[in-house]
Amino acid sequence: MADRKFSKDHEWVEVAGGVGTVGITDYAQGQLGDVVFVELPAVGKKLGKGDNAAVVESVKAASEVYTPVSGDVTEVNQAIVDDPAKVNAEAEGGAWFFKLKLGNAAELGDLMDRAAYDAYLKTL
Amino acid sequence: MASNPSSDDNLLQTPLNALHRALGAKMVPFAGYDMPVQYKLGVLKEHLHTREKAGLFDVSHMGQLRVNGADAAKRLEAIVPGDLQALKPGRMRYTVFTNEQGGILDDLMVTRFDDHLVVVVNAACKTEDTAHLKKHLGAAVQPLDDRALVALQGPMAAAVLARFAPEAAAMAFMSGAYLKVAGIDAFVTRSGYTGEDGYEISVPNAAIEGLAKKLLAEPEVEAIGLGARDSLRLEAGLCLYGHDIDTTTTPVEAALTWTISKRRRAEGGFPGAAVIQKQLSEGPKRLRVGIKPEGRAPAREGAELADGTGKVVGRITSGGFGPSVNGPVAMGYVDAAHAAVGTKVNAIVRGQALAAQVAAMPFAPHRYHKGT
Repeated sequence: MADRKFSKDHEWVEVAGGVGTVGITDYAQGQLGDVVFVELPAVGKKLGKGDNAAVVESVKAASEVYTPVSGDVTEVNQAIVDDPAKVNAEAEGGAWFFKLKLGNAAELGDLMDRAAYDAYLKTL
Repeated sequence: MASNPSSDDNLLQTPLNALHRALGAKMVPFAGYDMPVQYKLGVLKEHLHTREKAGLFDVSHMGQLRVNGADAAKRLEAIVPGDLQALKPGRMRYTVFTNEQGGILDDLMVTRFDDHLVVVVNAACKTEDTAHLKKHLGAAVQPLDDRALVALQGPMAAAVLARFAPEAAAMAFMSGAYLKVAGIDAFVTRSGYTGEDGYEISVPNAAIEGLAKKLLAEPEVEAIGLGARDSLRLEAGLCLYGHDIDTTTTPVEAALTWTISKRRRAEGGFPGAAVIQKQLSEGPKRLRVGIKPEGRAPAREGAELADGTGKVVGRITSGGFGPSVNGPVAMGYVDAAHAAVGTKVNAIVRGQALAAQVAAMPFAPHRYHKGT
């Protein structure tokens, strides 16, 4: 079973076969409001843990999306570039941002599981 | 354990604060007030709803003042370049307070009556504006701190307000009148900050919540927050003080020369008149213009504007996504040589040059009430 982990910056990553799929959480999309623009990294880009990987803009403001784990970008989700509102509708489902081949699987240990993330949200 | 006082404890509240919270608003600090940035609909839907039907905005944070005296229009002209003496009673005008350098201290709305003026100024400037007015006009200046203000904006605003104040339907755009609204003594102007037809309604603080609830109970009306207020005014090409205009920009540079009549241009007699007259005759070195990014990425306040060689020729002062335009819109200042509509510029966003053009404003056509 794929295991989903969460960062304090409200990104999620789900790993399968050494490839992580990264998105933003439902909480994050709610905070952003209506998403109107998404910029994704180039395929092949090398990202370090915590690097600015993508940009998501709502009517109100631009926000950066940090990658919770390091790796090489293998695929991006063009569907959310074409229809940014998908990020609001299915942040933790079909509106993933990018996939990357993990550079260091041990980094996953620094992230929260669902229960820990939910508990973290209650402190905000 | 006692909780730490939050910084929010220092914020002022409008008389509609409890209603905003009851409506599920997301509250933010704005100009020293705890204000709703959006309600449950969200900025995008609130914006579109206002353009399609009618939106109710709490603008009670703004400063309302009365300047007494049959000579009030003439006296106020000493500190604004607007032609107030040309206003017929019951008519209103947009103007600015200027400083000795011709910079803008604030922008304001002035409605003239036989024996007084009604003035509305920005929340962030109202303390300074009140002191400025009192310095020049003395005891004639009467802050109306006991009054709240809401704006009802959108193509159905007139039909809605007519249910509570039948006389409002016949008001001309940019006019004001003392009316009963739902039985409450109100001062109503047909004006606004969205580019749509609409009204601003001033009533005693104690009466505003009841009136707001009555208006919100009408099927066409939704509560609209500051987020959509900003995107609506940006699409309408209207300035936000402290962003698009400030003490470093003159009305000529800000493309507000239309607010200065032929008589006032010729006669001067307002602070900074020499600077402004010189810019009127020679042309300003820079100008506020509309900027339309060609792609989907918004270019926001602070983004530099460069020509094809990379030379910086201006800066964006307001920018974002225009829900009615369904794309990015912005305004900013550019060198006079780059101010013509259609001039290609690049907006520098996150280090990338985004293709954009100088564009005519408004981005969304004004749909003000015509007639009477």
